[in-house]
Formats: sequence, C-alpha cells, structure tokens
Amino acid sequence: MSKIVIENLYKIFGPHPKKAIKLLEEGTSKDDLLNKHGHAVGVGGVSFDVQQGEILVVMGLSGSGKSTLVRCINRLIEPSAGKITIDGININKLTEKELRDVRQSKFGMVFQHFALFPHRTIAENAEYGLEIKGVDPEERRKTALQVLEQVGLQGHENSYPAQLSGGMQQRVGLARALSLDPDILLMDEAFSALDPLIRSDMQDELLDLQERVQKTIVFISHDLDEALKLGDRIVLMKDGKIVQIGTPEDILMNPATRYVEKFVEDVNLSKVLTAEHVMNKVKTTAHMRNDGPRGALRKMKNNNFSKLFITRRNNELVGMITAEKTSEALNRGDKDLTQIIEKDIKTVTTDTPASEIFDIIHNLPYPLAVVDEQNKLKGVIIRGTLLAALAEGGN
Amino acid sequence: MDFEIPRVPLGEGIEKSIEFLDTNFSFITKAMSTGIEAFIDVMVAGMTMFHPMVFIILVTAFSWWLTRKRSVVLISFIGLSLILNLGLWYPTMDTLALVLIATFISMLLGLPIGIFAALNEKAYKVIMPILDFMQTMPAFVYLIPAIPFFGLGKVAAIFSTVIFSVPPAIRLTCLGIRQVPSDLVEAADAFGSNPRQKLFKLQLPMATPTIMAGINQTVMLALSMVVIAAMIGAKGLGGEVWKAIQRLQSGKGFEAGIGIVIIAMVLDRILQQLGKQKHME
Repeated sequence: MSKIVIENLYKIFGPHPKKAIKLLEEGTSKDDLLNKHGHAVGVGGVSFDVQQGEILVVMGLSGSGKSTLVRCINRLIEPSAGKITIDGININKLTEKELRDVRQSKFGMVFQHFALFPHRTIAENAEYGLEIKGVDPEERRKTALQVLEQVGLQGHENSYPAQLSGGMQQRVGLARALSLDPDILLMDEAFSALDPLIRSDMQDELLDLQERVQKTIVFISHDLDEALKLGDRIVLMKDGKIVQIGTPEDILMNPATRYVEKFVEDVNLSKVLTAEHVMNKVKTTAHMRNDGPRGALRKMKNNNFSKLFITRRNNELVGMITAEKTSEALNRGDKDLTQIIEKDIKTVTTDTPASEIFDIIHNLPYPLAVVDEQNKLKGVIIRGTLLAALAEGGN
Repeated sequence: MDFEIPRVPLGEGIEKSIEFLDTNFSFITKAMSTGIEAFIDVMVAGMTMFHPMVFIILVTAFSWWLTRKRSVVLISFIGLSLILNLGLWYPTMDTLALVLIATFISMLLGLPIGIFAALNEKAYKVIMPILDFMQTMPAFVYLIPAIPFFGLGKVAAIFSTVIFSVPPAIRLTCLGIRQVPSDLVEAADAFGSNPRQKLFKLQLPMATPTIMAGINQTVMLALSMVVIAAMIGAKGLGGEVWKAIQRLQSGKGFEAGIGIVIIAMVLDRILQQLGKQKHME
C-alpha cells in the first residue's frame, strides 16, 4: 500500500517558478536556468511513492535537492508545483490549520543537527509535540519517559541537551519524533553529524526499532553505505532529478546511468570482496552418519531453521534437507537421511567475488553454501548479511 | 539671472504640525501628565516611607539573594550608604523612580514592537530606520515639544527619556528573536506549532538573554538622560548636577554624578544577573 505518493514535484527558487518549470520541461538545463534566467532548481520534477512500513532512502550528494524534497513532503518548504498525497490526503491543498494538524498526527521529523530546544530538558524536548497538541502534562510526561526508554535514554530526562553527547542528542531527536506516535518518520541526514562508530550503532538501533514500530520512514542520506544498509528501496537523486529508484541490489548490480555507476563504483566493494569476506559461520549442520531424522529435526527447531546442510565427518558438504521432508521421513520410520538429501544445491567457492554472488543468491530459496576446493563447508551467505557486509565495507 | 532656490520650510512644517497637535490634543496629554505625576509622587513617597537604611538593607539583601556575589553586595551597600551620607537620598529616589518608570514604559512599548518587527519583514524595514532616527537625533531636541504637551516637570522628562531609551529595547528584542537558529524554528514548525506556540515556547525563551541585555541598555540610557531631563524641571540627581553647573560647583557636581554612577552600577549588576540563564551555556 502506498503511504506517500509524490507526483511530478517541483521546487524552484526564484521570482517566477511557473515560467521556470515550463523552461525545464522544454529541456533547459539546470545551469542555464540559473545563469540565464535566475532561477535555482531545488527539485525538478520528481515522482515516486513510499510504501507503508518501508524505509525509503533518498540519496544524493549535497545540492541534489534531497533535503528540499523531504521538506516539501511536510510543506516546511512550499512546493512550486506537483502533488503530494499522504493516505489519500492531498497535502498541497491543506490550510495552515489543517497542515498543523496533519504535522501533529502523521509526521515525526529528525534533523541533521538535532535541532533540540536548548532551554528545555530532555523530557521537555521529548514531549514537545504532545505539548503542542494539548495533551495534559501528566500524560505527556508519561509518554515522553516511555519513548526515552525506548531509545535508551532513561535517567537523563532532567538533563539539558548541551549536557549530552552527539549520539545521545540525536536519540532525543528521535524520541521527540516518536513521542507523537506518527505514521511517518522524516529523517533528514539524521546520522550524518555523528562520528562513524556511533553512526553505525544508531543505524543498527533504527533497524531494531523499525522491527518493533513499523513506521514508514523517509531517510535522507548522502552516504551510499548508509543507504544500502538501511534502505528497503533507494531513490538516487542528482541535480533535483531522480536518477534511479530501486532496491539496494538493483542499484549495485544494474546502475541505470553512468552517474550511478560511478557513484556506486567509489564505494562498491562487491568487486573486491569475495564470498569469504561476506559469509557467516555455519551454526549447525546435520551429520550424514550420526544424525537421523529426529536429531536433524531437533537441530532445525533449536535454531529456528527450515533447512539444514548435511556434511560428512570431515565437514565435506553432501547436500541439504528441508524440515518438511525430514518430518515425512520421521513418520515413515527412516533410520537415516540418505533418502531425503537434495544433492543438487548451489554452492560457491570461497574466492567467488561478491558481485557474482548477487546473481546467484537472487531468488535462491535457501542459503548459499560456501565451500573450499575440497568441497568442505566453510560458511553460508544469506541475502541480508551480504548487503550488511557490503554496507560495512566487509569488515 | 537672479534665481533663488526657496528654502525648504522644514522647521516651519514641524512647528505647524506640533502646534496643531498641541491645540487639539494637548488636553489629553495634560490630563495624562497630571495622572502620571500623581503616580510618581506616590511611588517616591512609598520609597521614602521607611528610613533610608531599611531601603539600603532590602536592596543589599535582594542583590545577595539574586547574585550570591560579594562584590555586588558590597557595591550595593557601600554605594547606597555613601549616597545617604552625602545627603543625596531624596534626589536619588526621585531619579530612581523616574528611571524605573521610563524603563517600564519602554519595555511596555519595546517588547511588542520588537516582536512585531522580528516576525514581520515589512514592519522590520519600516521600524529600523525610525529607530536610527530616534537614536541619532540629539536628545535635547525632544525636550522642546515635550513641554507644550506635558508641561514642565517629570512627565515631560519621562516622555523624552522613553523616546531616547526605547530603541535598544525594540532592537534587542527583535534581534533576540531573529537569531533563534532557523533549524529550531523549523523543528517547531515540523511538529505543528502555531505562531503563538512558537513565540512563547521557543522564540521568547531563547531570546530572553538578549532581551534582558536590551533592558539593561534601556536603563543605562534612561540614566544618562536624567541630567538632560533636569533642564525641564525633573529634579533628582540630574537637578543637583544642573544646579552645580550653573553655580560652577565642581565638588557638588561630582557628588551627584557619583550618585548616578552608583545607581547605574547597582541596577546593571542586578539586571545582568536576571538576564543570565543557567543551562544554556
């Protein structure tokens, strides 16, 4: 379901935006428009939608119009043309009063430089939205404290923002946005001002939080690694226009233009990384000799797996079994697993480049086994860990 | 050829319009004048009701409670005692009442005008040059029209003092609000604040230190006007200085002048403390 629909959105800075849009549509370049006509393009005709519950990362270098775009969504910046629909409500048509109501009920926003109110305590910051909404003091404080706990800031509610570190300040920013329980989180380079280690922590925590709260998140970033790690889908922008929309794999594997290619190239480690770098340890396997159907099923259950690799004593990979077949075998009274092993499974060797793995793993219904030259099982790759490993630079 | 550019009748115009206002509206200002004068008298009577020492101890205690600084307490106590000792107590109370009332009126006008100028770009462009004009025009000039409207005395003095001392109140209120970081204003907007909530929950609290600096400036300017105001019969410490000038008594002049300095220092220290906010650093 589409939560946010953006259609042909323009933001032109200058005295005659309508005229400038016409020129743009006729093919005038952004530079010409600025130099010859005195209009700057913030957003130049952008259309996309955001699905309920997804993290959409809008990525681009500075000046690509991504911050302007996100501010058009809640009309902190008034769009010059185009239509924005949220839950079927046309945002552009709202009066000031209606807009304030929508901002209070649907949007939470997190800012690059935190934008906390320095004269208010952490709790007062967190409850700001509720205060504006007119929730009574006791109740809003209760909610604020709950949200602060959610972001790991219990015990700091009476401090002032200046007394906290950057990472903690942005947690307050997040708490302030979450306290209204909005459907949509707009995050404008929310983690860009944090140092790399803390940034990575905050990204993990955001993903964690998203598991629990399932918001629709529009995340602005200039960092490809961040986009790959967080985004369900990525919108890549340049000069106020969208260059490519797609899943992280799409962007990495099928760059739409030379620009995306170059962009991805700089940070793309999939060519240098091999299976060995991105694989995970195998937690458990079933042994060809020792495990019968009952033992194999128990191992699957303990680890929450639906499939299990079968190895010999020396760790040589034989094949794979599924939970379904194994329980059938158990009912039949089979003593060992030989009947149900699927031997024809995809494997890669430890030195396979990560870029090739993308193609193999795409649509593969089971985890990809990584083996060495002697066909011994070395590790396993699943789609999620592959992306995470790339996002973190393969460390 | 004999060609003479006629002189622009600037002064005549101003005089005419003031005369017009005077004949038609001065009954209102005169009535106001009587009212305010009565109020000032009550205020001074209140301030001098107790023995001066009671007043001195109260001020000293207040400054200790507020600042917890020994230096401020010493200035308050020794300074005010010296004024009492020099026999300048009553003129000092006159001056203090005048300055406080002028400051109060300046704030009453300056805060709303400053807020308005900060939030409205057009108002800002109109108000700022007027303030420049008010501040650069020699303060003496305001005394002249003040007399026909308010009569000789304290109210005319307060009137010209307010004109002279209101600009910093407006300017710094305006500045304080305008320098609230734009990302904070944006955040307030993003959470759906209306303009009033934005003003009272964000802009005014953030602007408070700057506004207090403006009040401080206003008080200092008002004090600097007391000697000038004495020329139209405002009495007080300024009156003492004015008398000393006419009689060429430099000793007396300095005594009254030091009295003004002491009042300025005490007020300044107290106001500075009020302007400080603990957690913003």
